[in-house]
Amino acid sequence: MKKKQLLQKERERIMDENGIIYLENVSKSYSTGAPALNGVTLSIGRGEFVFVVGDSGSGKSTLIKLLLRELTATSGSVYVMGSDLAKLKHRQIPKFRRNLGVVFQDFRLLNDRNVFENVAFAQRIVETPTSEIRRNVPRILATVGLAGKYKAKTKQLSGGEQQRVALARALVNEPSILLADEPTGNLDPKNSWEIMGLLEEINQAGTTVIVVTHNREIVNAMQKRVITMKKGVIVSDEEEGGYIDED
Amino acid sequence: MKISTLFYTLRQGFSNIFRNLWFSMASVATISTCLFLFGLFYAIVANVQNVMNTVEEGVSVTVFFQEGTTDERMKEIGGLIEVRDEVSDVIFISDEEAWATFGPEYFGEDYQEGFPENPLEGWDSYEVYLRDVSRQSDLVTWLQSIPEVREVYFSELTANTLSGMNMLIAYVSLGIVATLLAVSIFLINNTVAMGIFVRKEEINIMKYIGATDFFVRAPFVVEGMLIGLIGSAIPLGVIYSLYNYALTYVIERFSVLSSFLNFLSVEEVFRVLLPVTLLVGVGIGFLGSISTVRKHLRV
Repeated sequence: MKKKQLLQKERERIMDENGIIYLENVSKSYSTGAPALNGVTLSIGRGEFVFVVGDSGSGKSTLIKLLLRELTATSGSVYVMGSDLAKLKHRQIPKFRRNLGVVFQDFRLLNDRNVFENVAFAQRIVETPTSEIRRNVPRILATVGLAGKYKAKTKQLSGGEQQRVALARALVNEPSILLADEPTGNLDPKNSWEIMGLLEEINQAGTTVIVVTHNREIVNAMQKRVITMKKGVIVSDEEEGGYIDED
Repeated sequence: MKISTLFYTLRQGFSNIFRNLWFSMASVATISTCLFLFGLFYAIVANVQNVMNTVEEGVSVTVFFQEGTTDERMKEIGGLIEVRDEVSDVIFISDEEAWATFGPEYFGEDYQEGFPENPLEGWDSYEVYLRDVSRQSDLVTWLQSIPEVREVYFSELTANTLSGMNMLIAYVSLGIVATLLAVSIFLINNTVAMGIFVRKEEINIMKYIGATDFFVRAPFVVEGMLIGLIGSAIPLGVIYSLYNYALTYVIERFSVLSSFLNFLSVEEVFRVLLPVTLLVGVGIGFLGSISTVRKHLRV
């Protein structure tokens, strides 16, 4: 117990000093080709809203995979919520990921289950009692505007609705960080704006939100911090930035 | 782990069968077909083996004693024969019993006419039945070394032929059953693996959300075991009914056959077939799902 408390204290200290996400001179190489990330140093504070932009092959996806601990850095250190991800053992990864909410471009819902079951699934994983699940899921579905569709099969929903389900699933366990990888990539402008509106609300409630996107219009309009990547390095990091054109 | 989580994973295992109904049915059909063929061949092979054993058990060695050998010594030798490993049964036939059996056989009912005395007097014997005819020569050599033994009657050709045939049948049977078993294991494993492979995206999603390996794996394992159980129960049921029907049919229609061929009862066949089939079905469902899910857990 004492060791756990000490570890938590150490994590808090790292977060206070370096932010909730901290990358220190991180490089990632795959077996073939040029490095996907090359000496990236980055700090994101608690409660920030950050866009990560860049063309295909700029290293955005690798960055997300490193933050999810799907990959480990070839060199350098990745700290998320004060934990050095290189030191996480395989069995510790699930618990770590429960602090992160993740939303993907292709929604990644369990299509053989209905809306309620998809959201409840995230709570089952953290062993939330059934009585609480029955309270929490309708509440979060109401937050994302899907209160009346909890019985629907995911395939019966529009793209925008499916992304809301994914968002509800990501949020139901009240994560500290929300990672959204191209959340509007498959959506029309109206749905894209609605999803971004929800992400902003979530951020205002205290969650750190990181959005990887190609959507120039949204990035330019929202005036948030924008990190621009190119060929594995950060070429720009601006508060209230905009989408930087190539060339 | 909470009890509610355990029940949840069990429930998910059951639900998965219905969620992927077509695939579950295809898996059950594959497993059933494999195990049905395996069971069918096993039943046939077990009967052939049994017939061969029965024939073998009918082969005997007859031991005659020197004149003047006392009853006590004969009993003593009988005891020594009985305890030998290769011997399954020893029957003492006194000279009177021998004459009472062979007399009518060779001279008709009035066989005693012309034979005022027992012509076989002093020809007390033991009929020795073997457990394994291939060891007949060992027994004969040993018997011939006993001073009180006058003569040993045996057929080397019968023993060698039977022994050779039995060995051939045993190897062929073993080959067929082992091949069928291996093919079944391969096909069942592939079926289970394919069922999981098409849902690897589902495993990825679970892992991204923070599910532990156990939480991801358990429903797949439950599902795999259930499919294996159903897939092995169906052929067992079919074989049970078919075998009983075939046995009754053969005994009724070909009573001549059943008078010299000893068929195994369904219970005797199932003594081995039931555990092996269930073990293969459920075991491969269990091991196959564990190993296949593991491949997709590194996310």
